[in-house]
Amino acid sequence: MQIVAGVKDISLFYHSVSCETEAIRNLSFDVEDGEFMSIVGPSGCGKSTLLSILSGLLKPTSGKVYIKEGYKTGYMLQKDHLFEWRTIFSNACLGLEIQKKLNDESKDKVHMLLEKYGLKQCESCHPSQLSGGMRQRAALIRTLATQPDILLLDEPFSALDYQTRLSVSEDISRIIRAEKKTAILVTHDISEAIALSDRVIVLSKRPAILKSEFKIDIQSDNHRQSPKFREYFDKIWKELEK
Amino acid sequence: MKNSKEQENFIRKMKKRHTMIKTCQFLFLFIFLALWEICSDTGLINKFIFASPSSILLSAIDLASDGTLFRHIFVTVFETVIGFTSGTVLGTLIAVILWWNGFISDVSEPYLVVLNSLPKTALAPIIIVWLGNNMKAIIAVALMTSIVVTVLNVLNGFNSADKDEIKLIRSFGGTKKQVLSKVVIPSSMPSFVNALKINVGLSFVGVIVGEFLTSKEGLGYMIVYNSQIFKMQNVMLSVVILCILAGLLYKAIQILENQILKRFGRQVTKFRSDS
Repeated sequence: MQIVAGVKDISLFYHSVSCETEAIRNLSFDVEDGEFMSIVGPSGCGKSTLLSILSGLLKPTSGKVYIKEGYKTGYMLQKDHLFEWRTIFSNACLGLEIQKKLNDESKDKVHMLLEKYGLKQCESCHPSQLSGGMRQRAALIRTLATQPDILLLDEPFSALDYQTRLSVSEDISRIIRAEKKTAILVTHDISEAIALSDRVIVLSKRPAILKSEFKIDIQSDNHRQSPKFREYFDKIWKELEK
Repeated sequence: MKNSKEQENFIRKMKKRHTMIKTCQFLFLFIFLALWEICSDTGLINKFIFASPSSILLSAIDLASDGTLFRHIFVTVFETVIGFTSGTVLGTLIAVILWWNGFISDVSEPYLVVLNSLPKTALAPIIIVWLGNNMKAIIAVALMTSIVVTVLNVLNGFNSADKDEIKLIRSFGGTKKQVLSKVVIPSSMPSFVNALKINVGLSFVGVIVGEFLTSKEGLGYMIVYNSQIFKMQNVMLSVVILCILAGLLYKAIQILENQILKRFGRQVTKFRSDS
């Protein structure tokens, strides 16, 4: 398998007048094409920072960031951040609009994506008229519309209530797999990580270092129903507790 | 669908309350005017210095018939609207500059704080000396009174834009200009409207003070001139007209506010769907 993104020996320091904080220490990992990888770790360990580094919004203090040439990243944040002053369609076009790629062809594509994922009748609605799950789907379409190759998911389900969360996370991962994207998910929810990913990496608390890596070898589509699910959960849980 | 009996009762109760409020508001004004009239008619208060509603009405008719009243009203409204608009526009532009450049913003902070607390009318005589005895000076005073508040309010709105919404724009590769136009400005519309509301009142203060000091026209001039020749009914008339104008301007801003909030607000509307 081809490696499409990764970091090598990166470290990151935050500076403020009163102190210097070491957020990440000598961290390395690679992501393969089409892979769904999760990063779990305790709250505040610098998981989200890692995604900002991968997307290029933040420069590491030292170390290298690798993104395969010609590959683009797309970000999905904790909340959907759909703008209330725009309709769902116009929200979905936001990324294209910013990248100045909004034309008839790309608009058609957005219409198509909205139709494919069941938001056609909501195109001219405003975000507050949609349920949490539909909003998160619209937010994903906004990212997908810019045709990224690697999706960076920053706890995109944590703002949802538990029940919605289960169905929405399944829903979103199905879409990501259908579009054949590579995805890196940051989460503190161990079961979510196992249920969605091919591989899980565990980070320590600050400064974040790589503690261990688990290949999730479950054949069935529904990871949660596999007997191995419990096993993986216990292993990762223990790793986090250490 | 027919409302239940309880719902009907509730609606009737609310309507009754509404009518009561309107009636009391009207009655209060009526009793106040009636008492004023009676007291000055019977000599309980001095008619010469307190005037009376009827004398105010008579002088209104008198001044309206030769058109001078409308001239005064027009001048004051014109100055207020120009001062208000330019204060808002310039203030917003300055806020954009300060948002854009954090260094300039930090440098200017203590000055803005002092200017904000300073009673701007204290500067009116200086402005009149600089700009001369004319309408320009009055508009400048009105502008001065509203501009600093606008800068601070709008800048505050800009700075409280959601950090993650900005990150979203950045993650699509958006420039600072796009952050401003796609997130910061639309999301700070409510604080912009708030600035508008404050500015209406402040511009009025600026215009009236300016007219007190200089000018041959306008309601402020009418107040000062007539108080000097003890034509109290004309002074009172000007104040009454100012009350009406303030009410009308406030109403106009309210209509504008509804329009803006309808477009940019985060209000919750009912879910509609074909399914």
